[in-house]
Amino acid sequence: MGEPFHYTDYHPQWLRPKMSTYWWLQRRSYVAFIAREVSSVFVAWAVAFLLMLVRAIGQGEEAYGQFLVWAATPLVLLVNVVSLVFIVFHAVTWFNLAPAALVVHVGGRKLPGFLIAASNYAAFVFASALIAWLLLG
Amino acid sequence: MLKRHPEPFLWLLFSAGGVAGALLIPIVLVLFALAFPLGWLPAPEYGRLSALVAHPLTRLALFVACALSLVHAGHRLRYTLYDGLQIQHLNEIIAIGCYGGALVGTIAAAYVLLTV
Repeated sequence: MGEPFHYTDYHPQWLRPKMSTYWWLQRRSYVAFIAREVSSVFVAWAVAFLLMLVRAIGQGEEAYGQFLVWAATPLVLLVNVVSLVFIVFHAVTWFNLAPAALVVHVGGRKLPGFLIAASNYAAFVFASALIAWLLLG
Repeated sequence: MLKRHPEPFLWLLFSAGGVAGALLIPIVLVLFALAFPLGWLPAPEYGRLSALVAHPLTRLALFVACALSLVHAGHRLRYTLYDGLQIQHLNEIIAIGCYGGALVGTIAAAYVLLTV
């Protein structure tokens, strides 16, 4: 402060605007990007929830019943509903991006992207049906 | 000799975990976080679940899915913090925290699945 500013020849100055921490609020697509990235936190929570379930099953029938009662409490329900929304967003964006990551050639021709995405959705339906069948079938 | 970078390997694990999470977590959450606790569907009987969890293949599958999902989450969180919060100078601490967290979670998963 107070020092007069001089330009000196051949000494370039940094011209680098400082980015705001909230840069991602400026556009919908940036918000969607950050929402997709934040899904990672909810993936970690889902793993913890699953492991707590497995532990309760290992501890006996009573613990399993208590786990289901605990899962129905408002706070846990809220966390799980939010987690489900983020994880479904992760799944949809992941499947839709699969054609960009995976290029498959059949008989010298490139397989169209929608087939790659469709095969991911088919795998999702198959895996979900298999798990539901193992648990309920 | 070429210096080996861990980054490609981490991206590979990230992808594998992304697939595992996308395929498996939604149905598990829909059933065990909503449908069974809220009584939309009758919860599976204890004997069935306990037999399912006791099977070594189930436990192996759960371990692989949990470990990959945790590494996926740690890796993605690392880059979210890096890009989102403009704290590049904390790079090493963030990487240690994210992968360390994934490692601790993986050890916890192994412990839970081995002691069931």
